[in-house]
Amino acid sequence: MPSGIHDLLQKPIVAINIGLAQFAESLEEQKVDVVQVDWVPPAGGDRQMIDLLDHLL
Amino acid sequence: MPFDFVIRKNQYFDSVFLMGVSKRISDHPGVQQNAVLMGSESNKKLLADIGVQDAKIDAAQPNDLIIAVVSTTTKAAHDVLAELDVYLQGGVQAAATSNPHSLEDGLVQRKNASLAVISVPGEYAAREARKALEAGLNVFLFSDHVSVEDELSLKGTAAEKNLLVMGPDCGTSLIGGVGLGFANAVRRGPIGAIGSAGTGLQEFTTQVHNAGSGISHAFGTGGRDLSDQIGGLTTFAALEALEVDETTRVIAVISKPPGEKTLARLTKRFEDCGKPVVGCFLGARAEAGKGKSNLHRASTLDEAAHLAVKLAGGEPPILGAAFTAQELDLVKRERASWSSEQKFVRGLFAGGTFCYQSQQIFREASLLAYSNAPLDPANKVKEGVPIKAHKLIDMGADEYTIGRPHPMIDGTLRRQRILAEAQDPQTAVLLLDFILGYNASMDPVGDLLDAILEARLSVKKRGGILTVVASICGTEGDRQDVHQQTRMLKEAGVLVFPSNATAAFFCCELFE
Repeated sequence: MPSGIHDLLQKPIVAINIGLAQFAESLEEQKVDVVQVDWVPPAGGDRQMIDLLDHLL
Repeated sequence: MPFDFVIRKNQYFDSVFLMGVSKRISDHPGVQQNAVLMGSESNKKLLADIGVQDAKIDAAQPNDLIIAVVSTTTKAAHDVLAELDVYLQGGVQAAATSNPHSLEDGLVQRKNASLAVISVPGEYAAREARKALEAGLNVFLFSDHVSVEDELSLKGTAAEKNLLVMGPDCGTSLIGGVGLGFANAVRRGPIGAIGSAGTGLQEFTTQVHNAGSGISHAFGTGGRDLSDQIGGLTTFAALEALEVDETTRVIAVISKPPGEKTLARLTKRFEDCGKPVVGCFLGARAEAGKGKSNLHRASTLDEAAHLAVKLAGGEPPILGAAFTAQELDLVKRERASWSSEQKFVRGLFAGGTFCYQSQQIFREASLLAYSNAPLDPANKVKEGVPIKAHKLIDMGADEYTIGRPHPMIDGTLRRQRILAEAQDPQTAVLLLDFILGYNASMDPVGDLLDAILEARLSVKKRGGILTVVASICGTEGDRQDVHQQTRMLKEAGVLVFPSNATAAFFCCELFE
């Protein structure tokens, strides 16, 4: 049995919500352990800079 | 048109919040148009489309908030923008929280995380999903506009790591009773589901619930998963997971017709599956998807739910397209009240699958229907070109939703369209869907009710009657109160059916 998928199906979900805050709120409403990430575009949204950062890291 | 705008440097807000701000600004008297968006290149094009252009806007960055108001005078636009902080208040408070700002920071707080829910703009989504997979997380990828190459690469990585990528453009999933994205409150039970169609999966799971059974897990895969380009990577992985999952006794796969090669592999996989499989390939002609032993083919979502519940040992209500004598009387009465000009159905859907399924039902009843998302490309509707045929419109399609809230969240566009269709003397029937559940509008019926009543009144004044047929996708556990929503529709004279398929069949009966 695939382990990552197995964990998702068999254990209580622990979620990281990246983006729309209402998705985290609806998970909280369902008693899911969730952390909201207030995401912002990396490197000010500069595509070339993002690619460069990804390459360096 | 005169306009004014404000740019707030380095203030990033999510799109749903910004659409809420835009809606509040649009309620301000004198506002002709407005745009509240981040300074990405695609958003700047949207601004140019409404005539808002300036060197400062050209220089804005994706992290910069732009608020533009088009009004009768520049001063009127300026006055609206002077109150901007009031409109932005909720978001400013949200931005002031101590939440982490990256996946990496989130992982510090939840080292045992098993799932990343990603809804950032499409151009950044693959990058976030890749990071999540590298960190060992399964991914629910709500974002759309992710390239096929990125989708393929993400799903390849997921396969190597035994992880699941639900999406991109994944609207719904239910994992162990937990709804992700736009999902309904559905009890747990023996039926597992896999669906490339978001509202299709919602309709299937609510029908299973309403038939007394329940869902073990339901996985959204993203609309392209069963194309030959992607080859069903998520569908096959989900199928394997459900096959070994002890709580799952029956598996249903719901999709538009898969690619030819993928369908052949999928059919073989169904036959080898240790559990019964219900296959519902909406829009497929009868022969497609036809299988042997293990595969039970369903042509509608209702039939899929009925078969699945039955195969799982439940006793679903009798399924049939035949209407009661009372309903047939209703057909005669409605038809007799139409004026001689009233000849066609206008379907305005929030759910893309409902538009698609309705077209299939119309086609089987030999009723020609045009659509913006047609089954047959020859039946593509062209805006502004009058059509003497039925029209079934997916109001959640890109052309209606870029820069605007989806009709499942906000009824504005459908409200306007209902009133416009009522002005067309050929309109006899409005076919609507209402979708309840997590993250959907808190009052989807209330959002459209005034428009429905006004539309009916205007047709009545012309000497006819506007027949309004609707279905509600939801359960009694949904936060919107399905009974209240149904009651409101019935009190407005709307004919309410328990599913989109039965509502579409009823429309066909009206034109028999």
